[in-house]
Amino acid sequence: MKALDYVAEVSSVPIGDILRRYPLAVDYLANIRLVGVDETKTLPEILENVDEDMLEEFGLDREEVIFHFSAFLEAFSRMEESIETISSITILGGRDKTGRPEMLELTVTPGEVVSIVGPTGSGKSRLLEDIECLAQRDTPTARQILINGSVPDLDKRFATGGKLVAQLSQNMNFVMDLTVQEFLEMHAKSRMIPDSAAVVEKCFAVANSLAGEKFALDTKVTQLSGGQSRSLMIADTALLSSSPIILIDELENAGIDRREAIEILVGNEKIVLMSTHDPLLALRADKRIVIKNGGVANVIETTAEEEQTLHKIEAIDSALLTIRNQLRRGEIVTEESIPEFQER
Amino acid sequence: MKLITVAGPPSSGKTSVILKTIAALGLPPGSVGVVKFDSLTSFDHQRYDEQQIPNQTAFAGKICPDHHFVSNVEGAVEWGMKKGLSVLVTESAGLCNRCSPYVNGILSVCVIDNLSGINTPRKIGPMLKYADIVVVTKGDVVSQAEREVFAFNIREVNASATVLFVNGITGQGAFMLARHWQDTLDIQTLRDRKLRFTMPAAICSYCTGETLIGEMYQLGMVKRMEFDDESP
Repeated sequence: MKALDYVAEVSSVPIGDILRRYPLAVDYLANIRLVGVDETKTLPEILENVDEDMLEEFGLDREEVIFHFSAFLEAFSRMEESIETISSITILGGRDKTGRPEMLELTVTPGEVVSIVGPTGSGKSRLLEDIECLAQRDTPTARQILINGSVPDLDKRFATGGKLVAQLSQNMNFVMDLTVQEFLEMHAKSRMIPDSAAVVEKCFAVANSLAGEKFALDTKVTQLSGGQSRSLMIADTALLSSSPIILIDELENAGIDRREAIEILVGNEKIVLMSTHDPLLALRADKRIVIKNGGVANVIETTAEEEQTLHKIEAIDSALLTIRNQLRRGEIVTEESIPEFQER
Repeated sequence: MKLITVAGPPSSGKTSVILKTIAALGLPPGSVGVVKFDSLTSFDHQRYDEQQIPNQTAFAGKICPDHHFVSNVEGAVEWGMKKGLSVLVTESAGLCNRCSPYVNGILSVCVIDNLSGINTPRKIGPMLKYADIVVVTKGDVVSQAEREVFAFNIREVNASATVLFVNGITGQGAFMLARHWQDTLDIQTLRDRKLRFTMPAAICSYCTGETLIGEMYQLGMVKRMEFDDESP
């Protein structure tokens, strides 16, 4: 539907019906201080009784309100369709800080996990940023990013506006003063998800399955512990974020099931790129990118032997988790808490 | 010379975003300048000086900051032309939420931060509504969901703007903003161009220095509030 079709609809249909057809319309009206309107009247009829001076404060006159409102409805109907499916991203090498070319052509598909390792300041963030802005040999690294095997057109590059990549880092906090339920509902609304109640419920269940300590729907998000916050952020990113690519900057060991967290993200057909030195996460990835001196020095496929060691690392990790839980429950840690490890 | 107008609430990260974007532009030193419009004091010139970026600061003082901006922006353009700048950025702080310093045909950027509350985009008004690009800062410390909801609330107010997330500390995202700056129009002067939105109405007696409270001291343009007058 074009904006002009919306003009015709808005001009002839009572506002009550418009509000039921387009739930977001209520926000538009509230933004220009039109609340508690007579639902049996059309917008032009309502505007007849609105003070022109009030509309002028918003830079609008009666006629402009109708056009502006129609453009709003049109823009949001377009937004619903605009999220494209991504079947792969490809990173083509540029050069490192010394100008040496990177020998790199790496294609990642949904459901794959790639970890990124390297010392602080080696250029991990730069790589993540190149992906985020779909670099086309025009960033300092001269890397190129392909989407579905081809060069993304410039319009798309500008239009994606941060929608391609979701980020999760240990520095992130909740700042909204909302309960878990309100928070999830608000996010679902912004995604214009039709059956939001079901998604909210699922998101809550998943978040709680990740968190060491359970929380309730009416807990304030700002009162969640570090692990609970991270669990909610992961579940929310997996189930409610539109972005097909997720960049994770270190998932700290804060009482959450990290293995399950990655599985949830991958299970929701996300491409997961993760900057981490946690062996349990890094070795669980299909591949890992080694960064040195601003460039990709190597791409290592996780070897069979590494996968073998993973079992032992998991045993160490779960032993630590058991001890942590003992401490949490106020118990005494004993020799028996610590398993024997194979002598080499 | 390209002109970019940047506006935003105090401490939203305008100066940091401008500095990172200038760095991302990669133009020769001295070819990008900044004119800062502020109300009473500003320390931003120190940061521009450190980076050897030509800059000027103007204080509105007792004049309405919005009116002060519009009556000096043409002079700012003349200064930029004389300095031989290829890009001039005007940075306005201290504007009231009733206002926007944007001019038709000139790239307008509004900077707001993700920590400022989820409904802030709905309250800022013309400064956000008439911007071509809305830059969101401090997104690195809030959750993905809050970033998405914030961007959604921006689109509800200004459906046609490009929303960009820029990290003022690391510069992440400044590259895309620089691309938009590069594509903007070259101008020689601002004369005869139109503001996108009217400036606040003056003049009442308080504009001219009245300090006493009371109806008898109020002259000129006065908007009286209507209170609920039912007795309990």
